[in-house]
Amino acid sequence: MIGEILSGLFSGIISGMGIGGGTILIPALTMLLNIDQHIAQGVNLLFFIPTAIIALIIHKKNNNLEFKIALPLLIFGLIGAALGSFVAISINAGLLKRLFGIFLFFMGGYEMYKGFRK
Amino acid sequence: MQKKSKKHFLICSIGGIVSGFCNGLFGSGGGTIVVPFLEDFLKLNPKRAHATTILIILVYSLVSLGFYGFSKTLDFSLALKVSAGGILGGYLGAKFLNKLSFKTIHKIFGIFMMIAAVRMVFF
Repeated sequence: MIGEILSGLFSGIISGMGIGGGTILIPALTMLLNIDQHIAQGVNLLFFIPTAIIALIIHKKNNNLEFKIALPLLIFGLIGAALGSFVAISINAGLLKRLFGIFLFFMGGYEMYKGFRK
Repeated sequence: MQKKSKKHFLICSIGGIVSGFCNGLFGSGGGTIVVPFLEDFLKLNPKRAHATTILIILVYSLVSLGFYGFSKTLDFSLALKVSAGGILGGYLGAKFLNKLSFKTIHKIFGIFMMIAAVRMVFF
């Protein structure tokens, strides 16, 4: 129980600083707590929902949202999300984990680039 | 004018599909594509880009959750425990936002991610 809460805590701190917390949470759950890759990803998605809703209420109040601009991205993104999730649930956890690892490697590289560029 | 908006539409559609695909396949990472996309291509300022991204990723995540739920890979009690930590973490993170250097965070974060990545791929 402590492990799960701590993973959430650490990833929440990272998200709170505006850096993607999910890419830390999922490896933490799969490597430290031996949770299945699909379940870890699902937890990350679930965890995002209430935090996003709260943030959006505030952003809507402050008028920070660009609904019109978001629309084309959203519609095509829905298709992409459906495709991606379908692939995720169709492949086995081991393969998904390795693919995630490759993805994470490039994300890590991008983070380092952000750390070193002017 | 027509050529410009066709190109615009094409790029938005590709950006949308790729970011949505990431969200569905990996359960994360869509934001890393959407934020720079909104800032650089659609010229939103960082605050609006981040805020609008949350909305977009929320919608993607709901779609993805539909599929994950259908395949019964959702663990609500685990999500609850993680969220308990996450909410406190989010609050602390937002408070710390002003106190640490971003560049240092990116560097450290990046190194950890790459190490974790190698472990995930090979072990």
